[in-house]
Amino acid sequence: MRRTSLDMVYELAKTDDRVVFIGSDLGPGVLDQFREEMPDRFFMEGVSEANIIGMAAGLALEGYVPYVNTIATFLTRRCFEQVAMDVCLHDLPVRLIANGGGFVYAPLGPTHIAIDDIALMRSLPNMTVVSPADAEEMKRAMPQTLDWAHPIYVRLGKGGDPIVSDEDAGFDIGKGIVMRRPGSVLIASSGVMTGRALEAAEMLAKSGVTCGVVHFHTIKPLDADLITDLARGVSSIFTLDEHLRSGGLGSAILETLSDTLGTQMPHVERLGVPDAFTREYGSQDTMMRSYGLQPFQIAETIRRATAADEAA
Amino acid sequence: MNAEPAFAEPLSAAPGLDARSVALRKLVITALEGGGRGHIGSTFSLIEIFRVLYDDVLRYRPDDPAWTDRDRCILSKGHGCLALYALLADKGFFPKEDLSTFCHPTSKLGGHPEYGKIPGVEFSTGALGHGLSAGIGMALAARMRGNGNRVFVVMGDGEINEGSVWEGAMCAAKHGLDNLVALIDYNKLQSYGPTDYVQPLEPLADKWRSFGFAAVEVDGHDVGALRAVLSTMPLEPNRPTAVICHTVKGRGVSYAENKAEWHHKSRLSPKDIADLTRAVENA
Repeated sequence: MRRTSLDMVYELAKTDDRVVFIGSDLGPGVLDQFREEMPDRFFMEGVSEANIIGMAAGLALEGYVPYVNTIATFLTRRCFEQVAMDVCLHDLPVRLIANGGGFVYAPLGPTHIAIDDIALMRSLPNMTVVSPADAEEMKRAMPQTLDWAHPIYVRLGKGGDPIVSDEDAGFDIGKGIVMRRPGSVLIASSGVMTGRALEAAEMLAKSGVTCGVVHFHTIKPLDADLITDLARGVSSIFTLDEHLRSGGLGSAILETLSDTLGTQMPHVERLGVPDAFTREYGSQDTMMRSYGLQPFQIAETIRRATAADEAA
Repeated sequence: MNAEPAFAEPLSAAPGLDARSVALRKLVITALEGGGRGHIGSTFSLIEIFRVLYDDVLRYRPDDPAWTDRDRCILSKGHGCLALYALLADKGFFPKEDLSTFCHPTSKLGGHPEYGKIPGVEFSTGALGHGLSAGIGMALAARMRGNGNRVFVVMGDGEINEGSVWEGAMCAAKHGLDNLVALIDYNKLQSYGPTDYVQPLEPLADKWRSFGFAAVEVDGHDVGALRAVLSTMPLEPNRPTAVICHTVKGRGVSYAENKAEWHHKSRLSPKDIADLTRAVENA
């Protein structure tokens, strides 16, 4: 997904001379072709996130569309004030391309594990938060970032994630996609959790539970009409966050349904990371398992909950 | 500190203010009276810097603030905004009468300058340490476009405690941005007290030089000296410039000069305003 995203920045830059790329201190060889062909618009500025964001804001004020790329935690926590004031207060078309959203950097520990990035970015007025499901959806997303008039945070997955998105569904910023029609139960997910949601729904189908899946590649602005319509027809919504339970997609859905349906909203259960820093290493997959986010665990959680509902 | 700086002590007993410097300070007092508050000390150290920038250095069009080829001027120490507002009003970016609305609920003139609200303001500041990096982006854009405009960023001495300033300094030097000028309002008093106590900065000019800037020191209230220095930008080709402006916090109000407690004042009474006016007229 990261490779696809950066390749798309190169493609966009070739056709639109407003596009500039700013990296911090990325791996050797990143976007070599961009640097060789368009050196004036390629910037590798070192481990200086505050400066990079301010510089991107200055370029955006002059009409450029800067794509800024580094590790998610440093792009959100380290320079939060610059993102808030320089980019969001001025409502500038700066694109923050965040490597390693969620547990991607699990082996590297809590300094690199980005499980608060969505909460931080979602809290900022004018910011758009996008988290595609796979590389194919990323390909559809990136061209839409070119003329979006506001800042965008793009959360990248690990890469090599299974392709689960549907080309026919297209990609419109701010629009959710129903991947599987719900019965009485619905899973809402974003990013690479959508692949896991679909697997869990398939498992549930085999045990007689009809479970829908709605994918929100855009967490902010959330597709309030879609989630409200879907919520009217189900008894339970399970939200999946490769993120803290607070501040992620689940929170966005709760807030939205509280506004639109109030006491008529269905039961919403948020699956994600409790209010604590991670304490283990391993891999994205092992960490997903530790927090009950693998498909069989999601299916089991839903099965138990629906069984309890039926017993009641 | 190894080197004895050229201006180790705060300036004092400076020559009196000329009519224009008095008039500009009286515009500031108009805003102070309207808002009943303001960063007095931090503003009065900036007056001559902004006077020379807007009278003699910057290229701009008050009736077309977004003119592409204008020089960009960012007040990075946003709390000194009354100096900027006074010059923008004086030059006709907005009516002088607007100064009296300072900090009123629906005024465009807040306690820190906001882009998009105030004609002539290039960047919203107030959080310190942001202006230099934004200016770098603008200077890079000017270079890419090849339209020759310059970028001036005015920072405070307390402000440059921020690490982001030095990230920006390295970046500006790396790119050899000789269309970028950083001006430091070095009044030697930050909010709590002397910079030498809170966070010593010396040797300040050498710090900027070691980061790759061409640096010069100047009396920041000497209009002729400022004019001479700022009319020769860049100091060196392929290097950004740092102009260390030695100033007096509260300059022009004898009882406020070099006093940290005059950094900001609120609840200014009619008597306070009359005293300030009298002091400035007699400076």
